[in-house]
Amino acid sequence: MATIYIDGRAYEAEAGENLLQACLNLGLDLPYFCWHPAMGSIGACRQCAVVQFKNAEDQRGRIVMGCMTPVTEGAIFSLAGDKAQQFRQNIVESLMLNHPHDCPVCAEGGECHLQDMTVMVGHRDRHYRGRKNTHRNQYLGPLINHEMNRCITCYRCTRYYNDYAGGTDLAALASRDHVYFGRHQEGVLQSQFAGNLVEVCPTGVFTDKVLVHDYTRKWDLQSAPSVCVGCAVGCNTMPGERYGKLKRVHNRFNAEVNGYFLCDRGRFGAGFVNSKQNLFLPGLRQPEGTYDTLDHHQALHHMQQACTTGKVAGIGSPRASVEANFLLRSLVGAENFSPGFSAHEQPLVMEVLQLQQHTAAVIPDIATIESADAVLILGEDVTNTAPRIALALRQSVRNKALAMAAELGLQPWQDAAIRNLAQDQRNPLYITSVADTPLDDVAEVAISLAPNEIARLGNAVARNIADEVNQLPDEPLRSQVDAIVTMLMSAQRPLIISGTGCGTSTITTAAAQLANVLCAKGKRAMLCLVVPEANSLGQAMLCDADAPDLDQLQHRATSGEFDTLVVLENDLYRRGTNVQIDALLAAFNQILVLDGMDNPTTSLATLALPAANFAESEGTIVSLEGRAQRYYPLFQPTAERRPSWVWLLACLKELTHKDVEALHHFDDITRACANAIPALSGITAAAPDHHFRNLGQKIPRQTHRNSGRTAIRANISVHEPKQAVDEESPLAYSMEGLNRAPPGALLPFVWAPGWNSNQSLHRFQGEVGGPLKGGTAGVRILLSGNPSPGVSNYPEKEEPAFLDMPQGLWLLVPRQQIFGSEELSALSPGLCELVEDAYIEICPADAKSLGVSTGDGIMVGNSLATLEVRINDAVAQSCAGFSVGLRGAENLEALHSVSLQRADNWRRRTPKPSSEEVIGSDRTLNSEALTRGTFRQRSARKQSTLPEGPHV
Amino acid sequence: MLKALASQFRTLWTILQHSFTKAETVQYPERQPYLAPRYRGRIVLTKDPDGEERCVACNLCAVACPVDCIALQQGVKEDGRWYPEFFRINFSRCILCGMCEEACPTYAIQLTPDFEMCEYDRKNMVYEKEHLQIEGTGKYHDYNFYRVSGLAITGKDKGQAQSEAEPVDVKGLLP
Ligand code: SF4
Ligand code: SF4
Ligand code: SF4
Ligand code: SF4
Ligand code: FES
Repeated sequence: MATIYIDGRAYEAEAGENLLQACLNLGLDLPYFCWHPAMGSIGACRQCAVVQFKNAEDQRGRIVMGCMTPVTEGAIFSLAGDKAQQFRQNIVESLMLNHPHDCPVCAEGGECHLQDMTVMVGHRDRHYRGRKNTHRNQYLGPLINHEMNRCITCYRCTRYYNDYAGGTDLAALASRDHVYFGRHQEGVLQSQFAGNLVEVCPTGVFTDKVLVHDYTRKWDLQSAPSVCVGCAVGCNTMPGERYGKLKRVHNRFNAEVNGYFLCDRGRFGAGFVNSKQNLFLPGLRQPEGTYDTLDHHQALHHMQQACTTGKVAGIGSPRASVEANFLLRSLVGAENFSPGFSAHEQPLVMEVLQLQQHTAAVIPDIATIESADAVLILGEDVTNTAPRIALALRQSVRNKALAMAAELGLQPWQDAAIRNLAQDQRNPLYITSVADTPLDDVAEVAISLAPNEIARLGNAVARNIADEVNQLPDEPLRSQVDAIVTMLMSAQRPLIISGTGCGTSTITTAAAQLANVLCAKGKRAMLCLVVPEANSLGQAMLCDADAPDLDQLQHRATSGEFDTLVVLENDLYRRGTNVQIDALLAAFNQILVLDGMDNPTTSLATLALPAANFAESEGTIVSLEGRAQRYYPLFQPTAERRPSWVWLLACLKELTHKDVEALHHFDDITRACANAIPALSGITAAAPDHHFRNLGQKIPRQTHRNSGRTAIRANISVHEPKQAVDEESPLAYSMEGLNRAPPGALLPFVWAPGWNSNQSLHRFQGEVGGPLKGGTAGVRILLSGNPSPGVSNYPEKEEPAFLDMPQGLWLLVPRQQIFGSEELSALSPGLCELVEDAYIEICPADAKSLGVSTGDGIMVGNSLATLEVRINDAVAQSCAGFSVGLRGAENLEALHSVSLQRADNWRRRTPKPSSEEVIGSDRTLNSEALTRGTFRQRSARKQSTLPEGPHV
Repeated sequence: MLKALASQFRTLWTILQHSFTKAETVQYPERQPYLAPRYRGRIVLTKDPDGEERCVACNLCAVACPVDCIALQQGVKEDGRWYPEFFRINFSRCILCGMCEEACPTYAIQLTPDFEMCEYDRKNMVYEKEHLQIEGTGKYHDYNFYRVSGLAITGKDKGQAQSEAEPVDVKGLLP
């Protein structure tokens, strides 16, 4: 701590941190643009100027940049002095010389950092009378809108996009006052994290394109703390709603999970909430296949009857909440409850849970992943399965730079200096996978191997480290093994990453054993195992190891054990081939489906019940690091949509089930679940219960400026109803209440006086960039570092063999996609345009032997699918990568051997540019490009017409 | 005492004088009073001098409204303009304070000297866009937001707004 003097008053500040940060910590308003808590300072915008005095006698002082000035003992500054203030006013004025008169039609307006800072410095009148520079915008894809005129050249975008997120296709172009931030050529931004530009850019240059076309100002959004359901990382989000529609998703800061950034699947993948496919009324199937709509009383009656005739089986869902799954499990009994994984995936996820429960290694959260000093990835393509982890890994490889900087006495926030110093020197990142991954550019080594070979490599490394002798003198992977052993043994905090993405448990086991061995050698090893879905791990915790999988359920149903099947928020056709699922569903007389959307499973239901999605209901989910987190509804479901837990609880009550007698509120279910399932006993701590009050008040979902209260419903009735009451949470569906330093799990939006933009977040943090004042959201229910004596730390199983495919057969290996491999996000507007058609990837040698080239069609197996072929020299030989979850690949199963054959009558589809989301300003500029069709190589999923092959 | 009495008489005298002045009240509705154009009565949405909708759905009027009686939803037209997909004023709540007009950056929303809007049924006081939109420019004849704003729309490309230079050539390297 050091004492500094600001405008004559003494303050305590952390020595070494920069003055800007210190001022914000002290609650003083100092304007800034280019500094970002996660990206440090470069002193580009000159906005944070203050006057520094040499000593008490110095009357003149000199202007310094707050963000570039370290706090030193006894330093004297002036923030409020005329000189500093005048300077800051001039800076804003000059930054805005060319700024357009756009605020009313700017999607940043109302949450614009530039607006805030302009008001803060007191600048009002333009003096410049010359002509303003203008720029042409670029088409940057369906997700991000570009309006270059609004740029103030703070360089935050390129620093984020290139330096932080590792993108390569956004740059500062041209020179002097012509600087342009864009791509060298129009086209879709390639980074998986491009959406963060929307929040990083302090002005309206980069905005959310989906929002721009159905816009609502921040002050009118009703928001709630939520958790991304896109993958298992569990990033915290703040979705916003207006008129019953989800409008956008912003990042909700969580110091241990997502920090300031989301991936594009999370940010743009929640639009399915507004889907036209949503179900609003319960439907009862008639013999002729049509559905009669019911109200909820009738539906409940039918539901109860179905559950009392004969024996009931249930299929839960790894994308539904712990509570809903728990209730379904209570309804059908644990032995008749299948967690809802595919039969292939269930043992993998169960095993991952086991491994994590018994590992001696640390199970890192994202912030801890960033601290790793050597990383080995076994098989998992994290950028596409758990994207936010990839962004964290890009930071972890910078630890070397930070260490070099520390040696020279540089502070971590001196960003430009550190990047200059380290250049390309990075911590080692070693990637093994079935083909190239988007992280390869920061990897020291990236090699492609077949899944079992990856496991073999992992085992060999573990063995070599454990025995400290070279175990496999004639091992073909020997040089790789040596390199990895050296890398891991010279690290202090090595991190092993693996997961279910490759479809085999040999890899995850190898990873866990390797981590254990490293721990035994005294390393602070970390183990991160990726699971597929938002609540996969919670589902594994809920179920016993011998819970029936889909195949077992089918066998038991075929043998006449069950009459009724209840399916919870799960499209089973994504859990197996069409043939398998048809057979499964045919084995039941009655099928009850609770789901929010029409999908192939719902359309086979005898009774379909409309279930609320994550934006309309509450729930607890468990992320891959074992963090239980609560999401809250941001608006109430309409018509007969109800949260699944409400349907199930009502049904259980109708059945006078003894377990639910005392359950009334959502919190009661959470508690009952915690009591009944030891592995989940911690989930009640995930968030405060519905009795919690923030200094005696509820926490509002609406900002105090929320408008239109007396007009929104006036077309229906002029009599305004009472505000809806939320009995299940401490949040209110109104603007009344107190949103000051609420618990981290209950932060619905950020706003502070004078800070309308998302930069107001620092007012909610104990220290700028640090954890929230109200505590970090979520609770870890998987504890790190508890070796179990019963589990061997040593690979004893037989070595997985090298891939040796017979002539004419290929091993299908999964290729995950950030857009498309996950079911729901792929249905979101904008993002769905980026979902490609399914494809097969093979290496050039294989392509040659098959006589195909990129873009040709290839028939997989005995007409399992006919897909476009891509030639990729990073695919391991004899492996055929197939795009998981994409339309056309439904019948392909990971790690099956298939034959490949050139399809002769394959027609390559020509991408058709669709114009509906190209706004006017884009169109005039792009009309030429549009007609030439030079951009948008990716085509919309909707337009796909496959000449042959199976359809959903 | 005398002083107080004098005051009483003075008052009486003043009041008596009023009996001979001209009455300010008029026989409404037979006679319509003159209302200044700036009078704050029924609200309209105006069009710009080129006959295009002025409102850009910026939501400022709605947020300025102290009784929250304005609700609208933005949309983007084919030509790139922002416009309100719906625009609703609940006049049964409106207090005709004029804050919306004050807040409007485009002169779209204006109060007019028409105050005769009584209804037997409150729901008839809810005006939608088709009831609010007029053909003219209202009180402000010349202003056209898109001639000032940097947003490109069909017919006005980048660089064609007031005091705008031609778009920058990013590839030019001349200093
Ligand atoms: S970036 Fe901010 S200041 Fe500029 S037009 Fe948009 S809202 Fe206004
Ligand atoms: S585009 Fe935004 S982030 Fe990038 S330099 Fe301009 S104002 Fe800054
Ligand atoms: S990394 Fe996963 S949880 Fe995080 S935003 Fe992306 S999809 Fe959502
Ligand atoms: S009437 Fe004016 S203030 Fe209201 S939304 Fe339209 S442009 Fe904005
Ligand atoms: S924030 Fe300090 S110079 Fe930009």
